[in-house]
Amino acid sequence: MLSKRIIPCLDVHAGRTTKGVKFKNNVDIGDPVEMARMYYEGGADELVFYDITASHENRDIMIDVVRRVAETIFIPFSVGGGIRTLEDMRQVLLAGAEKVSVNSAAVRNPDIIARGAAAFGSQCIVLGMDVKKVEKSEKIPSGYEIVINGGRQYMGMDALAWALEAQALGAGEICLNSIDADGTKDGYELTLTELIATRVNIPVIASGGAGTPVHLKDVLTAGKADAALIASMVHYGTYTVAGIKQYLADQGVRVRQTW
Amino acid sequence: MIAVIDYDAGNLTSVSRALTHIEVENAVTSDRDIIAAADRIIFPGVGAAGSAMKSLVRLGLDQVIRQAVADGKPVLGICLGTQIILGFSRENQTPCLGIVDGTVASFSEVFAASGIKGLKIPHMGWNRIQMKIAHPVFAGIDESDEFYFVHGFFPQPKDEAQVLATTDYGIDFPSVIGSGNLVATQFHPEKSGPPGLMMLKNFSRWQPC
Repeated sequence: MLSKRIIPCLDVHAGRTTKGVKFKNNVDIGDPVEMARMYYEGGADELVFYDITASHENRDIMIDVVRRVAETIFIPFSVGGGIRTLEDMRQVLLAGAEKVSVNSAAVRNPDIIARGAAAFGSQCIVLGMDVKKVEKSEKIPSGYEIVINGGRQYMGMDALAWALEAQALGAGEICLNSIDADGTKDGYELTLTELIATRVNIPVIASGGAGTPVHLKDVLTAGKADAALIASMVHYGTYTVAGIKQYLADQGVRVRQTW
Repeated sequence: MIAVIDYDAGNLTSVSRALTHIEVENAVTSDRDIIAAADRIIFPGVGAAGSAMKSLVRLGLDQVIRQAVADGKPVLGICLGTQIILGFSRENQTPCLGIVDGTVASFSEVFAASGIKGLKIPHMGWNRIQMKIAHPVFAGIDESDEFYFVHGFFPQPKDEAQVLATTDYGIDFPSVIGSGNLVATQFHPEKSGPPGLMMLKNFSRWQPC
């Protein structure tokens, strides 16, 4: 039986880890390579890095971070943020990332998913989805709409329809982020997560809203997520990955407990 | 020196980085002479069986791998490399190396035939292995240790005795196979944290009898 994965997420700005709420007010919280080592040694199942600068002059800094992380940790990790072309993907994968994640670039140009999957394999291509709850309508039947630019721009796309389309195009996994829940520490968006996770055949990583281990249990059981993304819960030492896993195991959630 | 065979099948640098981390001399190469001169061989791979077999044949590496196994050199297969060692893969209906008698089966076909529903494909993430036969390459590995898998197909040797370990994903599928100087894992030791690194270290010292 597969273990549920616990995945710390690091936002990287110009080579440093930062944390902001709803994509704003970013503060420096450390060296991404050192943090990667700490999470690797502490039992994280996988890591996610988002390059939140994603400007071209910072591209090389990020690739260097990816290379150093790959020399330091021996678990899978994905890199997202500013991935727009096959060449962007190739650079990140060659630097040692296991997966690349595409978000707004795929919304604007879904073909990047198909071309990425054909070039590097579906297992490498993660679709990042930023989602907001809206009124159900003919255009948005699920009541969840795709947004970009940190939630500022509504795309008129239904989240469930987009998840299914991305799967058909060759995405190997979905990282599902609720913009409404992100940064609140009030828990994951369970209805959204369950909706997507039970309708696609690829793994779904739930993202946004984690504040306590109970939230992880809820999203991995009721929410049917395959994995849970965490950030501030562990970045400030409030919880440890090992502590969260112990709680989940005690609650009957299968997690990896030896490393 | 361990030769990590490069045949355009995915990101092989991660295997090399893991070996370097545990201070095992290695080279990622498609050079037949270097491979022939190596003490041990790792045959990794990510991707699809069809294109991987084409690359192997084009580079003349199919014979090199057969020869290494025949010569008694320690050989470690990983993921797609493990599958290609068998005779035939259901993925792209591909004839493979045939070093181990058997086929590569598809989770989706097996699940459909046995009415197993609700399991995602690929099998992606951490899972345990149940050793059937103690093996020096798995010395020090505990049954609670987990390994990182990502695959939609799995090896099915004809001879049950060649199944060294199984893993539970709807069915108990062979996750480590081998005999003699060959051992092959469906999971990625290079991405499996300390137990994976320990396994690679064991392989680097293994003297098959």
